[in-house]
Amino acid sequence: MDLNTVVEVRDPRVPGPWLPGDAWLAGGTQLFSEPQPLVRRLVDLTRFGWPPVTLGGDLELAATCTIAELSRFGRDSGLPVAELVEQCCRAFLASFKVWNTATVGGNLCNALPAGPMISLTAALDGVCLLRTGGGERRVPVVDFVRGAGESVLTDGELLRSITIPEAALHRRSAFRQVSLHAHGRSGALLIGTADTGFALTITAATPRPVRLDFPTAPTAAELRSAILGTVTDWYDDIHGLPAWRRHMVLRLAEEIREELA
Amino acid sequence: MTGFEVRVNGRTHDDAPRPGQCLRTYLRGHGWFGVKKGCDAGDCGACTVHVDGTPVHSCLYPALRADGKQVTTVEGLATDGELHPVQEQFLAAQGFQCGFCTAGFLITAAALDDEGRADLPRALKGNLCRCTGYRAIEDAITGVKHVEEPADGEAVGRNLGAPAGPQVVTGTARYTFDVDVPGLLHIKLVRSPHAHARITGIDTAAALAVPGVRVVLTHEDAPQRLYSSAQHEIVEDDPCDTRVFDDVVRHVGQRVAAVVGETEAAAEAGARLVRVDYEVLPAVTDAHAAMRPGAPVVHDKDPVEARIARPADNVLAELHDEFGDFAAGLAEADAVYRGTFRTPRAQHAALETHGALAWFDAETGRLTVRTSTQTPFLTRRSLCALFDLPESDLRVVAGRVGGGFGGKQEMLVEDVVVLAALRLREPVKLELTRSEQFSGSTTRHPFTVEVEVGAKADGTLTALRVHVVSDTGAYGNHGPGVLFHSCGESIAAYRCPNKRTDAYAVYTHNVPSGAYRGYGLGQVIFAVESALDELAHRLGIDPLLLRERSAVRDGDPLTTASGAEEDLLIGSYGLDQCLDVVRAARAEPVGPVPGGWLVGDGAALSMIATAPPRGHFGEARLRLLADGTFELSVGTAEFGNGSTTVHRQLAASALGVATSRVSIRQSDTDLVRHDTGAFGSTGVVIAGTAVLRAAEAMVGALLGAAAERSGVDVSRCALVGRGVDCGGRVVPFSELAAGEPLTTTGHCDGTPRSVAFNVHWFRLAVDPGTGEVRVLRSVHAADAGQVLNPMQCRGQVEGGVAQGFGAAVAEHVDTGADGAVTTAAFRQYHVPTFADVPRTEVHFADVTDPLGPLGAKSMSESPFNPVAPAYANALRAATGVRFTDLPLTRDRVWLGLSRD
Repeated sequence: MDLNTVVEVRDPRVPGPWLPGDAWLAGGTQLFSEPQPLVRRLVDLTRFGWPPVTLGGDLELAATCTIAELSRFGRDSGLPVAELVEQCCRAFLASFKVWNTATVGGNLCNALPAGPMISLTAALDGVCLLRTGGGERRVPVVDFVRGAGESVLTDGELLRSITIPEAALHRRSAFRQVSLHAHGRSGALLIGTADTGFALTITAATPRPVRLDFPTAPTAAELRSAILGTVTDWYDDIHGLPAWRRHMVLRLAEEIREELA
Repeated sequence: MTGFEVRVNGRTHDDAPRPGQCLRTYLRGHGWFGVKKGCDAGDCGACTVHVDGTPVHSCLYPALRADGKQVTTVEGLATDGELHPVQEQFLAAQGFQCGFCTAGFLITAAALDDEGRADLPRALKGNLCRCTGYRAIEDAITGVKHVEEPADGEAVGRNLGAPAGPQVVTGTARYTFDVDVPGLLHIKLVRSPHAHARITGIDTAAALAVPGVRVVLTHEDAPQRLYSSAQHEIVEDDPCDTRVFDDVVRHVGQRVAAVVGETEAAAEAGARLVRVDYEVLPAVTDAHAAMRPGAPVVHDKDPVEARIARPADNVLAELHDEFGDFAAGLAEADAVYRGTFRTPRAQHAALETHGALAWFDAETGRLTVRTSTQTPFLTRRSLCALFDLPESDLRVVAGRVGGGFGGKQEMLVEDVVVLAALRLREPVKLELTRSEQFSGSTTRHPFTVEVEVGAKADGTLTALRVHVVSDTGAYGNHGPGVLFHSCGESIAAYRCPNKRTDAYAVYTHNVPSGAYRGYGLGQVIFAVESALDELAHRLGIDPLLLRERSAVRDGDPLTTASGAEEDLLIGSYGLDQCLDVVRAARAEPVGPVPGGWLVGDGAALSMIATAPPRGHFGEARLRLLADGTFELSVGTAEFGNGSTTVHRQLAASALGVATSRVSIRQSDTDLVRHDTGAFGSTGVVIAGTAVLRAAEAMVGALLGAAAERSGVDVSRCALVGRGVDCGGRVVPFSELAAGEPLTTTGHCDGTPRSVAFNVHWFRLAVDPGTGEVRVLRSVHAADAGQVLNPMQCRGQVEGGVAQGFGAAVAEHVDTGADGAVTTAAFRQYHVPTFADVPRTEVHFADVTDPLGPLGAKSMSESPFNPVAPAYANALRAATGVRFTDLPLTRDRVWLGLSRD
């Protein structure tokens, strides 16, 4: 929809202060989907022209990498995690058309429980590179999202990229997603990864991603107990009752454990 | 910004967009009206375009980014006058009804690769269609053809394509907002943040100071006169409880003021700056609580003047009737079931939002209102009464309407545009946003229905009672009608000597309820059909058998708890055939089922009157044109229901001509004298009868004129395609047109009325571990009388089933403690997608109705009604659990099973 309060689209390569009413613009698929009466300037990240995907051992995804670009990369990569990448792209409520403009970084910054790029990058030990005028910092994806719709970004800080360590790209993975509707928004999205250890990432069912790491593969009882010991807050919105989400997480976690055993 | 340039369908536009503008409005601003606004939030796909060959939702696409790019809209799909293959396919399969979503589907389908075409449920998840149920769209994309070209005079009973088809698939059909009105001003509404408050002051100074803001209209500018937004033939059917702008607000989202600006941006900015002071008052948002002593009173009005049954008790309307002796009947029963059933608020979700434009004719000074309405004539009458205008000074027209489902049997925007136009004497427009649709228009009435039913061991009913509470919300539009209708055919469908009804339509401080497909029947039918099913389980007899034993039979009187309705009768009876269809379907093998899943099947039936009670008028006029073709003018509106197609078939068949020789004008108060409009499933039965009568009169007029012209006796004159054979010499119609103008009119007053039947049956598989339900088979049997256009009637049934399926498994408008709608977007309010809707086998009973045109009955609302109870009954058969509250989403199903 039109953002009628916007008076300027700014090129961030031109130095200038961050002002009240400034908003980072990546794909625009979230920004333009709701009224933004407080936004006065769009600061256009795409002007940086960051290469979307850089693979040099570690994998660096620019914040402006579109879902379509990520999906293409995954398909062509031949990496063990390629299937997981595609599964997470497909976990979007949005269709392939929105993939053409929506970005990986935008999905993280929205910080919604059902953000599948959060699920993917959290499960693959992703680390966010954040930038302000003053400098940079690195924050693991699992810590980047603090709650439903809430991230660690400070005013004017931008998400530059997400780096996934090389080792994570070669792990075995198992993916489970459940929604109230076919191809609908995730009510629970779980990813298990395994090499010598085992890790489970729980998203969509919880307000923020939950990551459980085990040095060796857990037993069913250990996994269940770890989940129930860690997750105290089951997300409650129209996309699933909390009790059902809890049940589905336990069930899907066990399926993942068995699949990766 | 300099040097902006975009190529759209081969044409260059070089004026720069505004910084925050999306591509959708940029394109529409340049006349590319094929690009539609369904949601403006990226959820519905109606605005899909290609940017450099890549499909995107143009409402989410910053227009500035189109710089240097090639954009293709639906208008650019055809090349050199040749339709794109997907356009041809959508025409051949008639892959649309209202057509508002069609451009988005076409553009998306044109961009699909083999992988996408092989997985349509996924590929089309970003495109919503509310009308079709998607089967027709699937057929279009996969190349199935349905449209026929019938021989001259033989169109009835054949699959004639919709007359507007070529316009729909090329993006040239003109919907409400698809007009370019020079100097158009834009209206944005200020809405209440409170459930109940008195406005103590409105400061408009800051808003008026915004450049481009022309006026702010508040309750001080609005007529004092009270009315109802509901549109009915009989005005007294609804309470008069509404003002254009009131000094008391009664729900969050109620309109408080209108800001008129030279641009939408100016109007929006002004609306944000209107300062309203409120004295907040106590509110009640629960219908049962609203009836208790001491509850806040929603409308402190005179009961007689306002036509409210008991204003002090928040009771808008009530019904307390008994037929026979319910208590005695219950005492006779071998088994009794009592249960309470709840259905939630739901949204029509027509893809075209409410909206209207108004302008003055430069020469005559006459005001025209162009609006997305089902009732142009009633709306004109309401506007004239409200603003003291003579009807001759006001014209109301509808373009092609992008879906209705009852939601546009209301006056929700026209009053505001007329108020603004009268004030400014300039053209104005008000187009609601999708969010306003949810929080500021109307919804389906939420119902709580307690049913008590008793039967003998053989399934013969002895007693049937319903206790109904409907939440009409803050205003009573359609509240009485929906309540009374809800207890009508739902109860009359069963032979039972003892019936009792207690029903209340209750005011609350919630978003108003209104007319919605089924008009109350669906809510009570869900309860009654669930209860009868449960009773059958308790008696240990087949639920289908119980229905066969207890449902009305041909020749039976139709009695509710109030007794018999005088002009309603079983004009024709196809229920037995419908039940046979289900019986045959369920006898067939189940097929493969995943391990551990539970399987069950269930059915429900519904009956519906073929027209609304107490008068529904249709009028049609037929005129012979100079070229020997005919112009048919009908008053009723077309919003995807397909009645226009049937009107053309009826007229062409009666005249014995090719359908192409009948052109149609419609939905315009200048065309005919009066027409009640398109609601209550009347497009075929009433408007169609009027068309048939006009055509029959034209046949007589043609023969008479030809006889006179040729000097041959009329008994030796006969219609032959393009003229009249007068004893061997053919007088062409064009020759007759040269004489006295030939115009005929047909009327229908909608009485007496018959009934139509629908039976739905599901076989479901349920995963008790997750709550997931799969539809193994979905069968719908409809008694539509003679089916005048099988393709279209099937489409109506499928669309109704899909909407019923949405009500069964997905849809609920939620509200917070203050009544504010919390699900005000399609990403929260789940309208069924291609992936959700099961394919349904549709069967028609072989029936001819003596009352409908050429034996036809209505088939628009009714397919919706039995779907939810059939689903719940199948779920009960599979799991043993009776689910009483809709919708049955996976989480609720799982919870229900794990509690048991």
